[in-house]
Amino acid sequence: MGLPVALAVAFLLARGRFPGRAALDALVHLPMVLPPVVVGWLLLLLFGVRGPIGALLQDWFAIRLVFTANGAALACAVMAFPLMVRAIRLSLEAVDPGLEQAARTLGAGPLDRFLTVTLPLAAPGVLVGGIVGYAACLGEFGAVITFAANIPGQTQTLPLAIYAALQTPGGEAVAARLSLVSVVLAVCGLLLAEWAGRRLRRRVGR
Amino acid sequence: MIEAALRHRFAGFTLDVAFTAPTPGVTVLFGPSGAGKSTVVAALAGLLRPESGRIAVDGAVLLDGDAGAFVPPERRRVGLVFQDARLFPHLSVESNLRYGLRRAPAGPIGFADVVDLLGIAHLLPRRPHTLSGGERQRVAIGRALLSQPRLLLMDEPLASLDTARKAEILPYLLRLKTALALPIVYVTHAPDEVFAIADTLVLLEAGRVLAAGPLVELTARGDLPLAARDDAGAVLAAELAEHHPARRLSLLRAGAMRLWVPLVDAPVGTKLRLRIPAREIILATMAPEAISLHNIVPGQVRTVTENAARHAALVEVDAGGAVLLARITPDAVARLALRPGAPVLALIKSMAVDVLPH
Repeated sequence: MGLPVALAVAFLLARGRFPGRAALDALVHLPMVLPPVVVGWLLLLLFGVRGPIGALLQDWFAIRLVFTANGAALACAVMAFPLMVRAIRLSLEAVDPGLEQAARTLGAGPLDRFLTVTLPLAAPGVLVGGIVGYAACLGEFGAVITFAANIPGQTQTLPLAIYAALQTPGGEAVAARLSLVSVVLAVCGLLLAEWAGRRLRRRVGR
Repeated sequence: MIEAALRHRFAGFTLDVAFTAPTPGVTVLFGPSGAGKSTVVAALAGLLRPESGRIAVDGAVLLDGDAGAFVPPERRRVGLVFQDARLFPHLSVESNLRYGLRRAPAGPIGFADVVDLLGIAHLLPRRPHTLSGGERQRVAIGRALLSQPRLLLMDEPLASLDTARKAEILPYLLRLKTALALPIVYVTHAPDEVFAIADTLVLLEAGRVLAAGPLVELTARGDLPLAARDDAGAVLAAELAEHHPARRLSLLRAGAMRLWVPLVDAPVGTKLRLRIPAREIILATMAPEAISLHNIVPGQVRTVTENAARHAALVEVDAGGAVLLARITPDAVARLALRPGAPVLALIKSMAVDVLPH
């Protein structure tokens, strides 16, 4: 869900020269260095029912994020965002601007160039960004529990469920099963990333 | 006609060039590295917007600093062949070729013609990274041609290739020149490429134009840096006049000058270019006898330029419309009393004449 936004921000950071670029860079990286609980609390302040953005969403669209599954997704996305942006930005910066110049002399406008040259060449990095984001979401704990709480079947992420199971007497079996699920998901994700990345790289001849 | 006048300041370097060149034809920008050749090409392509200047190709104004007009590269219809080819690695050769074609207005240059002209039909399904350097460069030329440019720029297209690959591509460039009536601006610092394909020469040095004009005129001048080079020598436009198979000689005509050269494998009437190295020409005031030499060309000294660094003198000789450049010792100049206007004989070995396609 955060991928298109991450792509846009990564492109801005990789190619853009504008005032406030450093500030944007810092803002994007904030969730990586702040304690997750702090991020969750900041989200509560912003998106809470009485927060500046949360109130708007509530009044205009009747969307409530706090303590809902969507809220858990938002918290995950915010936490995974810097990782995705970093991966995508690196791959965008690795695209030879000379190729974009060549496309330009061949009559391709800005959006045309981005879609036909830059994006296909950066595709391996975008893919890695997506997988890393997915993996980070799977493991998210602090921000989710703060912002969306730990409601079984709604806002309970895998680590939350495992933690809850461990707190319950005799819950070790459940915790073990859930841990196995998370291991399988993670391994599948990594294998998928590896396979797709290799295919894409072969396509661009690297 | 190509009209270019550009002024741009970089840190520690100012580009200030102006030249015009006839179209169609090949205009070569020649000069040492750092002279500003690639900068001029970038400005012609629109990838660099100079602080001031004017660029027009056959009446189409691409840049007019005074009027604030600037046509961006994607709408200029100026093709550019980079030194490093810059093929799109994620596309096949065919998709690379069609990239510009799809975005261009309908034009006279057809896909099949270009593929045929450059001999790349067998490469179409391949990926760029599987091509050799020479093949890559041919595809890059095709891609630029198919974007239906009004002007084709080539920025040292052969510089990254070894001698054998260069020899493989040059004939394609010559075919291109004759098959398509397209203005070409070609950047190089290799003299053999200049002699082979230039019609107009623009000599650049330290961001300025040293001289600009037809190749035959500039190569015959003794006062330019070209003449100080080891491989200096005038290029002449000639026509094949007669064949003498029994003597294994051909007779060429350049202006009023007639030259015997070893048999040329081309029909009578073919237009050729000749290059006569300056150091191979002997000057005399009396014709020698009983000599292996075939060509004793009467002419008149036009200028004598001393090159103190080489202990040499460069003598321009007007041989009835065709101008020769001879490099001899200053001592010989004194002994023969060569000065502008003096009659002189140029002795040219048949074997010393380079015969190149027109």
